[in-house]
Amino acid sequence: MIAIIDYDMGNLRSVQKAFEVVGHQAVVTRDCGIIDQASHVVLPGVGAFGDCMNNLHRYGLVDPIHRAIRDDKPFLGICLGYQVLFEESEEFGIHKGLGILPGKVKAMPLVDSRRHALKIPHMGWNTLQIEQAAPPLKGIESGAFVYFVHSFYVEPAHPSLTCTTTEYGISFASSVWKGKVFASQFHPEKSQTIGLHILKNFGNWQ
Amino acid sequence: MLTKRIIPCLDVKDGRVVKGVAFVNLRDAGDPVYVAKVYDQEGADELCFLDITASHENRDTILDVVVRTAEQVFMPLTVGGGIRTIEDIRRLLEAGADKVSINTAAVQNPEFVKAAANRFGSQCIVVAIDAKCLTSCDGSASGWGVFTHGGRKETGLDAVAWAQKMMDYGAGEILLTSMDRDGTKDGYDLGLTAAISEGVSIPVIASGGAGTLHHLYEALSVGKADAVLAASIFHYQTYTIGQAKSYLADQGVPIRQVQGCAFSA
Repeated sequence: MIAIIDYDMGNLRSVQKAFEVVGHQAVVTRDCGIIDQASHVVLPGVGAFGDCMNNLHRYGLVDPIHRAIRDDKPFLGICLGYQVLFEESEEFGIHKGLGILPGKVKAMPLVDSRRHALKIPHMGWNTLQIEQAAPPLKGIESGAFVYFVHSFYVEPAHPSLTCTTTEYGISFASSVWKGKVFASQFHPEKSQTIGLHILKNFGNWQ
Repeated sequence: MLTKRIIPCLDVKDGRVVKGVAFVNLRDAGDPVYVAKVYDQEGADELCFLDITASHENRDTILDVVVRTAEQVFMPLTVGGGIRTIEDIRRLLEAGADKVSINTAAVQNPEFVKAAANRFGSQCIVVAIDAKCLTSCDGSASGWGVFTHGGRKETGLDAVAWAQKMMDYGAGEILLTSMDRDGTKDGYDLGLTAAISEGVSIPVIASGGAGTLHHLYEALSVGKADAVLAASIFHYQTYTIGQAKSYLADQGVPIRQVQGCAFSA
């Protein structure tokens, strides 16, 4: 059973439905007991970094997340649920993250390398350049399109964490992979066939 | 590279697609969920439902449509029409919408946009602007004004300044409709689209006037739009989304091609 952590940060229904469509049972929950018993854990989320961390603390979800990672369960972070795995974010002041992975969350650049203005948020379909073939990306090739909507990006402390990169003004880590943790800036649940394929792989990950 | 988005829009009334006589060869052209699935298969980049339900009792019909769509279509969905309260937004997002589009309520109370962006995040707040060309006493064009009520009611707001204000208030995207061009098939208002797109640093969706594939190209190139929204050219199957994408790709517009994408089972 896949546990999708519910902490009032966006609509989780589409994540759950997407797993169901590819044949994986998933529950949306903030019950620590259910999260502890789950085989796989998903931390989604949209909104602001600071609110996200506050809600995780308020609902007592920080410890269950650390336990899931310590127990080596396949763990998927999506969008804000990807960013909060890192040490800190500069979104509306400096906020501490979960510190599970080393690195920082920074604002997207406002201009590209040729000084052309960039629209922020980075919103829409962009491509993945695959740097490491993490298990959830099995069958996905470089050039595959996925859906993004974000104004901040993750800068991992070690390049070895970066699983895919994507270009928008800069080349940033659009997903990372370490052990049983895979986390993406893009939204697999909104990325049609490619995204469903990633979610299917994640559910199959042992 | 970030690609330009093609967004088909469906007018939905009492839970059914309006202009349902189109899509003659489809099983149920009146069912928004079914039409959404067709657009999904054709490679639409996002979907937009505009709820034009008039009667108060039937206002919840859109929620059911959104729930059923979100169970079957895994791409971004924007819902607009009649959104006035934080509770309206909460219910639509909970039903499965990814973004909501706010129009009249933003004009009547700009603080509503700020409150909505603070509560749900800018990424899901689209401000829809209906604009018309204004003419000064000597008959020359003098910019674009913001209108409500289907273009009948002038607000006195300048469209570019209004778009900038909405961005400052937390809108994550602008859905810009030219009321002069809407329904004409004469092409998007390129001057208006470029003025707004250059005036704000958030993405702009051009709407109103698409009649040919070249019109889509103009809006994305000359008009500098980040996305194009079109209803009738897709709904009446003048062109498929695939045809639109092939055409735009041939013109050098960055487009997500669904066929032939790097994907293997």
